[in-house]
Formats: sequence, C-alpha cells, structure tokens
Amino acid sequence: MIEKADQIFVLLGHWLVSFLPVWLQPAAMVLLGVLAIIVTFPALFAITVLLERKGLGRMQNRYGPNRVGPFGIFQPVADGIKSLTKEDIVPTSADGVVHFLAPVFLVVVVFMGYAVLPMGRNMTLVSMDAGLLFFFAIGASTELSVFMAGWSSRNKYSLLGAMRAVAQMISYEVPLLLSSLTIVMMTGSLSLGKIVEAQNQYTWGLPHWYIFTPWGFAGFLLYAVATTAESNRSPFDLPEGESELVAGYFTEYSGFKFALFFLGEYVGMMSISGLGTTLFLGGWSAPLQILGWVPSWCWFFGKVMMSMCVFIWMRGTLPRLRQDQLMNFAWKFVLPLTLVNLMVAATWRFLGAGWERWVICSAILILVYTLMGRSGMRRGHIGPRSYRYAE
Amino acid sequence: MLGEGILKGLGETARNFVGSYVSAERLTTIQYPEERIAPIEATRDFPFLVYDGADWEAGLRCVACQICEKECPPKCIYIVKSTDKKPDALGKLQIYPVRFDIDISVCMSCQICVEVCPFEAIKMDTQFELSTTDRFGGLLYDRKELAKSNEYYHSIHPIEAKKVDAHLAEEKMKADAKAGAAAAAAAAKAAAAPVVAKPAVPATPAAAPAGATQRAEGEKQG
Repeated sequence: MIEKADQIFVLLGHWLVSFLPVWLQPAAMVLLGVLAIIVTFPALFAITVLLERKGLGRMQNRYGPNRVGPFGIFQPVADGIKSLTKEDIVPTSADGVVHFLAPVFLVVVVFMGYAVLPMGRNMTLVSMDAGLLFFFAIGASTELSVFMAGWSSRNKYSLLGAMRAVAQMISYEVPLLLSSLTIVMMTGSLSLGKIVEAQNQYTWGLPHWYIFTPWGFAGFLLYAVATTAESNRSPFDLPEGESELVAGYFTEYSGFKFALFFLGEYVGMMSISGLGTTLFLGGWSAPLQILGWVPSWCWFFGKVMMSMCVFIWMRGTLPRLRQDQLMNFAWKFVLPLTLVNLMVAATWRFLGAGWERWVICSAILILVYTLMGRSGMRRGHIGPRSYRYAE
Repeated sequence: MLGEGILKGLGETARNFVGSYVSAERLTTIQYPEERIAPIEATRDFPFLVYDGADWEAGLRCVACQICEKECPPKCIYIVKSTDKKPDALGKLQIYPVRFDIDISVCMSCQICVEVCPFEAIKMDTQFELSTTDRFGGLLYDRKELAKSNEYYHSIHPIEAKKVDAHLAEEKMKADAKAGAAAAAAAAKAAAAPVVAKPAVPATPAAAPAGATQRAEGEKQG
C-alpha cells in the first residue's frame, strides 16, 4: 500500500501506456512524463504567485488579494484571463522574430531543466549520468533569452535591464557551480539520482543530508545566494528594478508574452530550488527515518515549495542592491568563500570519520566568514549602504 | 557580524506575518465598499451651492457675481446671470444665476471658489462616489444638482458651518441696523424737510451709519 502510494504516478503512467502497442510504449512514457511536468509546474506557479501576493501582503500588514473567490484563491485564474485577453504590442522598431522567440525560448529552456530532476523514487524523466552538468548547461542558456528580449525590444530600459541581467547571471554562475561542486566531490557522481541515493541514509533516525555537514551548510547558503541572483529575485532584482528600469528586459512585452516571462521566471525559480533540494536537502528522502512511509514525491514538492516560501520571505524583507554592491558581493565575497568551501570539503573528505573533522571544518569556515565579512565591511565592499551625498 | 542585519530583518517580517493573523489592529486596510471610515472635518471633494430654507431655487445664496467663475483655475464653472432680480435670503433684491454649471471632470478640488465667494454661497462637498456611465453629461452638474441645503452643510462640516452661520447672522444684523438707520434718517429728513433753516443737525446721525456700512462692506469683501 505504502509502496503503491509512493509509486502512484509511475504505476499510473505504466497503466496508461499499456493500452498502446509495445513498440510505442517507451516514447509514450516519455511524452507522458513531459506532459506531467508541463501541467504540474505551471499549477505550482499559480499557487506560488498567490502565496507570494498573500504572504507579501501579510508581511506588510495588508490582506493581499481577497476578492476573487473565497480568500482570493481564484486570483491566479483572474490574472491568467487578464493576461490572455490583453493586447499583444510589438514596438514598430523591434526585431519581431527575436522579440517573439525570447519568451518562448525562456520557457522551453526552463522546462528542459526538469528533465533530469529526480522528483521522487523512480520519478526522473531522463536519468542522465551527467545530469548536473546538463542542468547547469540548460540553466545558463536562460541568459540568452534574457538578452534576446532586451536587445530585440529596441528600448533603452530593456537593453539596460538585459545588460544588468547578463552581467549578474554570469557573475553568479561561477559561485553557483563552485558551491555545487562540493557535492560532486563528495558523491563522486554527476548523476542527480546517485546524489539523492547518497543522502537517503540514516544514522540514529537522522538523515545524511549534505546540509547537515559544515561544508554542506556553507555550500547551501552560498548556493542560495547564487540562485537568488540567478533567478533575478529580490534583493538581486536589479535587471527588472521597477523604480529605475520600468520592468527591465521585459518592459516592451505585454499580454501573453509577458505572462510567459513571468511563468519562466517562477518555473525557473522552482527548478533551481528543486536542484538545491536534490543537492543539499536530500531530494525526495524523508527528513526522519520514521517518516519514510510518506510518498517520496511529497517530500520533493514540499521542499521545493518551502524554498519558494523562503524566496518570498526574502523578497518581503530585503531592499534591492546597487549594481556595484552586487558585483562586489559576487566577486569579493561569495566567490572566495566558495573556493574556501571547496578546500574545506576536501579536508573533510581526507580527515576521515570522527569528531575532529567537524570541529576543524566548522572552525575554518566560521573564521573565514567572520574575517572576510569584517574586512569587507571595513573596506566598504559589502555590508550596509553608505551614501556620500544624501546622508 | 555580516548577515546580522539580514537575520534581524527576516525576524521583523516574520513577526509582521504572524502578527497580522493574530492581532487585527495591525492591519490598517479598510475594506472599502463594505467598510467605511467617517470623513474628517476638513474633507473636500467637489463644490456645491448652499441654499437656505426649504425651496432650493428661492433660497440659493448665490447672486451670480461670477467671481468664482473668473477665479477658477481650470475654468470648470459656467454661470449665466439673470436679467431680473429676486429677493435673496436677506430679503434684498438680487440678481440670481439662471445657469450654474460645474464640470466635475474638470474641477481640481482646489477650493478657490469657496475662498473667494463673498456670499458664503459655494462650499466643498464630501461626496466622492460620483462615477457614472456618461462621462460628459453625467459629470456636468447643473444648479439643481449642485444645490444642497444649509442643514446638509451643517451635517458634513459642522464647525465650519457654525462659523459661517454666525458670520451671516452678523451681516444680517448690520444690514438690519443699516436699513433701520436709513429708515430713521429718511424719517428724520422727512420730519426736518419743512424746517429749511436747520439742515445740518439731522444730517450728522445719518452720516455715521453710512460710514459704518462702508466698513462692514469692506469686511465682507475681505
């Protein structure tokens, strides 16, 4: 019974496919998986947008949307209808083809990332040996779509937004990769399935998730910073900073194309949260051994939605950075820390089992973090804003 | 230490998030169509014309002097003077507005018409739910739509209306005094008319009220 609940989607797929001739079955199974992904994540996107609007409202002591349906739960439906029925405006001087392709490309690329994510036991669309590599390769091409949008719009705000986005995404791509590299060092595999399997073990009923090690914890925080910047979320939302750039690279988009950008952004956030979950939070494994009976996909989606809530919480809290602060933070703080973290992970590996490695690795990380934070704040690279003229 | 401020900030938003569910007084939102708050005393939206008594047409304080029409910055007031005269609230014969239109789609609620009116005839209303499906005719208010009673004025701006009433009562007293003095002077003149030898003696009391009236009028204009 428990087994059945865990494998319900896999069994359902097999049952549906069994009506087809044998030679068609593998292709149909893949198509079914793609369809499931394309249906599930936009639905989660709608839920996330509602959560975000309600949550941000509550953080600012407002109600948030509460008019459409009971407690405003049908707000995403109303938003969807609105964006579908709006006029689609393409500027006369825009490059029509590229302008059209940019949002489509973004959405396609963002959905491709899900192909390798293990969303539950046996629930990976393509279990690739180099899954992590594939994910990062696909993830990096969202920059192209952003730049296509900014360039083809022929608008100064769009172009500035796109330039900012590309600069920011390329800068934070490096710490993103380096912080995930520790996991590869430990697991010895680029396969996301194997990474989850390695974490799906328990000692005294507690899981072997990588976040519960000093290097894993540091790596997770660095990964979280880098993903926030990668997905252009507050406080790193400079590419679409409303106050200075209207809407950044999608200023010239309206109607359904705008909705596609919006969808791409959130689905991208979810996919990168899914990767973070897989790498550091044990993927689909249960947080306690006694909770092993809960279906594995529940844990995966629960963890992804939890990370989305953290994204929303951060957006409700932090003001936007300035471009130089953003770059300083990436190159002078996050990048050196990820390099140190790589060293710490190596130290952890070669110290072998025992309590010594816990003390040594934690001490190194805390020391480096404190020292770098202090010197960075003293020299003004990071830390609170200072204004030369408007004090 | 680096990151301390971020943690503090996250704590603050979390407190707000939970607090907004626990204590209702944190939420400042008024859910407008269902809930309302009483407008404050100084609220002003668009002008209306005050009338005294029961009949709006007879009681209109406006004497069509057109000062407001001239002073209106966006020129949203349109007045047509009457050719005949009608007794106003004080019983004096006055010109009255045949047409008094305000286009509230043009009006910018600056209250200048209220400031310049020497007759306390135009005041600011607190009505703001004026949306209509006809954006030209529906937002052009004629004098019937603009006329509101003095009692209504008291209900929306009680403090201001009391002052205005006191001022008008004072004016009326002065006007009565002036009329009384003028009548007395006329009577005295009539009495003195046969005595041709002493014209200077009754002229002195008549001159004093005349000066007082001028001062009163000066105050009124100011």
